[in-house]
Amino acid sequence: MTPWLTILAVVPLISSLIVVLLPKSRPTLAKQFALAVSVLTLAVTILMALQFNGASTEAFQFVESYPWIPVFGISYSVGVDGIGLVLIALAATLVPIVVIAGWRDVDANSGGSVKGYFALILALEALMIWVFSATDVFMFYVVFEAMLIPVYFMIGRYGGAQRSYAAVKFLLYSLLGGLLMLASLIGLYVVSAQVTGQGTFDYLSLVGLEMDPTAEKLLFLGFFFAFAIKAPLWPFHTWLPDAASAAKPGTAVLLIGVLDKVGTFGMIRYCLPIFPAASEFYAPIVIGMALVGIFYGAYVALNQNDMKRLFAYSSMSHFGFIALGIFVFTTIAQSGSMVYMVAHGLSTAALFLTAGFLMQRANGSSLISDFGGVNKAAPVLAGFFMFAALSSLALPGLVSFVGEFMVILGSFQRNLFVGAAATLGIVITAAYVLRLYQKSMTGPLAPKLVGMPDLGGREILALMPIVVLTLVLGLFPAPILNVINPAVDRVMTTIGATDPGPTVSGEGSGQ
Amino acid sequence: MSILAAAGIDVPFTLPIVDYNAIAPLLILLGAGVVSVLVEAMLPRGSRRFIQLFIVFGALVAALAWVFTITGVRVITAEGAIAIDGPALVMQGAILVLAILGALLMAERSIDPSGDAFAARAAALPGSEDEKQFTARGYLQTEVWPLFLFAVSGMLLFVSANDLLLMFVALEVMSLPLYLLAGMARRRRLLSQEAALKYFLLGAFSSAFFIYGVALVYGYAASTQLPAIASVLTAKPGQTSLALIGMTLILVGLLFKVSAVPFHQWTPDVYQGAPTAVTGFMAATVKIAAFGALMRVLYVAFGGMRWDWVPMMWIIAILTMLVGSIIAISQSDIKRMLAYSSIAQAGFILVGVIAASPAGLAGALFYLIAYGLTTIGAFALISMVRDESGEATNLSKWAGLGRKSPFVGSVFALFMLALAGIPLTSGFIGKFSVFAAAIASGDTGLVIVAVVASMIAAFFYVRVIVVMFFTEPGPQTASVEVPSVFTTIALAAGATVTLVLGILPQPVLELVSNADLFIR
Repeated sequence: MTPWLTILAVVPLISSLIVVLLPKSRPTLAKQFALAVSVLTLAVTILMALQFNGASTEAFQFVESYPWIPVFGISYSVGVDGIGLVLIALAATLVPIVVIAGWRDVDANSGGSVKGYFALILALEALMIWVFSATDVFMFYVVFEAMLIPVYFMIGRYGGAQRSYAAVKFLLYSLLGGLLMLASLIGLYVVSAQVTGQGTFDYLSLVGLEMDPTAEKLLFLGFFFAFAIKAPLWPFHTWLPDAASAAKPGTAVLLIGVLDKVGTFGMIRYCLPIFPAASEFYAPIVIGMALVGIFYGAYVALNQNDMKRLFAYSSMSHFGFIALGIFVFTTIAQSGSMVYMVAHGLSTAALFLTAGFLMQRANGSSLISDFGGVNKAAPVLAGFFMFAALSSLALPGLVSFVGEFMVILGSFQRNLFVGAAATLGIVITAAYVLRLYQKSMTGPLAPKLVGMPDLGGREILALMPIVVLTLVLGLFPAPILNVINPAVDRVMTTIGATDPGPTVSGEGSGQ
Repeated sequence: MSILAAAGIDVPFTLPIVDYNAIAPLLILLGAGVVSVLVEAMLPRGSRRFIQLFIVFGALVAALAWVFTITGVRVITAEGAIAIDGPALVMQGAILVLAILGALLMAERSIDPSGDAFAARAAALPGSEDEKQFTARGYLQTEVWPLFLFAVSGMLLFVSANDLLLMFVALEVMSLPLYLLAGMARRRRLLSQEAALKYFLLGAFSSAFFIYGVALVYGYAASTQLPAIASVLTAKPGQTSLALIGMTLILVGLLFKVSAVPFHQWTPDVYQGAPTAVTGFMAATVKIAAFGALMRVLYVAFGGMRWDWVPMMWIIAILTMLVGSIIAISQSDIKRMLAYSSIAQAGFILVGVIAASPAGLAGALFYLIAYGLTTIGAFALISMVRDESGEATNLSKWAGLGRKSPFVGSVFALFMLALAGIPLTSGFIGKFSVFAAAIASGDTGLVIVAVVASMIAAFFYVRVIVVMFFTEPGPQTASVEVPSVFTTIALAAGATVTLVLGILPQPVLELVSNADLFIR
């Protein structure tokens, strides 16, 4: 048995240490090394994914487990199901893209050291792989919290004007969620010790644990708060716009595209299977939060003049869709949520990176009012921007459409009103995305932008993989669905939820 | 041993039976302390330092080695006055390790350009002609070493005292040298002497509370030995008011030493005024010694009154965590900030103490070891950050330090993250252990308060990182002096253990879990 997942995480981790030790005088070497490592990691990920058995009846594949802190029943345990695999693949794909796109983002006179930035990216990649593959809840928590450190430094050292404020706000918000989760985690351990006589953090042993209903609700809340802050759901979202606008585009891609997925991943991996009754109890509230988030995020995005903040609010709206899909408890909606997580990662990457290239050409301004008529000066850039915008509004034929459609379909199955409300959200999304494109790309060329260069080869190289993946998975989503569906089925079975019959009754009762 | 006779043991006098093997570490250090005094008195100035260092490190290492050879010993000796058991040995070992690191810091002579962190002559008045002359002649003193050895001996005795009177003696043997050490800073002498005086006066008050409590408990139980008190409590339930008052007064004395709110006021002044090496040594070791005595008193003597002391300790723990964390936010001096941080940390350790279970004891022991090593490392680093006026403890002088000296900044950031309890550092495992024990004992509410306090505390730890890394270095930014091998070893040990205990805590967790309970 090849320890695939450990290799996958350890390679970037060790490489990040090597990058730190490289001489400061040769920043290009650090970049080249980081790129090589991230491409290698992607290659290993692909090799591993090819060996993944979609028809397996095992809960997790590529399983490894070693005792870590036996005193507390903690082990180093990794393994992936379809959901974990897809998210690891997303992370492994985005890291080399971010490295290429961020090639010139950091230089010696921007304050921070160049090698430091790329070392942090690689360290973050290792942690992202562990967070999606941990099958020991304690280990998950440790990685979940440890991930804050590289991001904190990436925002705080390398970000824009408000970086220090944004980094601290991000860290404190996340720590608050993390500490509540820690209290719940310990509670879960104590409950498992009371029930089975031996406290454990093993995920599969914790699933299906019989617990007191009140305790279950409290423990659920601890986990859910952490994930709702991470995702973030309304009303825990206020750190996101600040962090997104202060961060470098590459940092923002990893933060929103991958890290925030840990929140929604945590909901479907931990909240639902471990606390099924509590999930059902709180589902109406979560669905309410998700719907408010969809509209609130979209509404604020409609009135944003700052591109990065607009993307942040738009993401918050999309996270509403993802959470909605998870908590309506239908197979198709949950699968849709998983697809949407991938789609959102890709579309966020496309949006932030094109916006980043655009901002570099406008002295770092991210205000929509500073742009206009870009499609005349830089048609290729405008084209990519159009594609990213359409991907964000879920145009049929793109992968985001597959996810969004499945979520809405599943919501209709469960409740007519919820489905209808979510559908309305799409309309506002279309409105702000098209308004953004119209104001920044069409019309007369803004005087400041005269003579701006179009995208160069490196920039196109960074964007092309995203475009290809968005199109291919949009037209042919079977590979991703085949991997995800068994995992989602297992979640549905664990929580004892069944899909409503194909003929939805007029009342659309929520059962 | 006449103390024991006075303690009311109602038998004709017989020669006490003493297990010398079990108390050998203590005797080694006391003996070394006496020799060290003689060295000060008899040898010429020039040769003292080398010999003193030889005695100090020799005695510490010998005592530590002896502790390792008697790990299985569980005995009550010296006519019931001293209990050498698992927790006592773990704490003695931890105190000795930290004392070695503390001694390394105090032996440092490369950082301060004048040669030493201690006053040339502690007795010379600040600003006096004498002082100028001593400084001009380049006097360096070595009187700190006998004081240091006696303080460490007192700590070893404090964690193993099984008799309230002996515990009082240990408390004084530990404290009196520390009061003096706190007043010996070479620079900012008035601040240092003020700190020493405050520490002494408040410490004397708390000792008075302690001894009054002992008297009341003796009135109740007719004994000062902890197991005897426990058996009287079981024999005469319901008439405990005298014992209750006595216990409360004893706890005042002990909670003063762990710097729990509301007995914490001395902490910031002493931490700030004392020479940084002494602060680091004291912060790490006194915490262990005082918690050791506190737990022994609570568990062995007053275990039967658990339901009387738990509500009181709840309030004290909550106040300690919240007051320490909240006031630390507004501090602008790094040593004062760490003082309030140590108050907050005492609150977290109290959470484990309140759990009153084997897991709680093990958690508190782990927390104390982890905290001690991180703290001593942090103070080692603070002693290296200087500007032309001496140590630069004001946070404004740390602005951009992480960019100017990335390695030193990163190590300090590691200490801050550990104190904040971020995973993959020893502080996290410590917090996890005590919180898990408290929830298992049903103190969930306390853990929720502790979580909120951790959140508040994280703010000021993280702020130091912000100041070091996210601001540009300017002309006011302090510089990092290159220390000699002494401080380097202490710093490296602190940083390494902080990281290793965060990633691979199993051996130490096993050690504290296998330490059994206090014997009675």
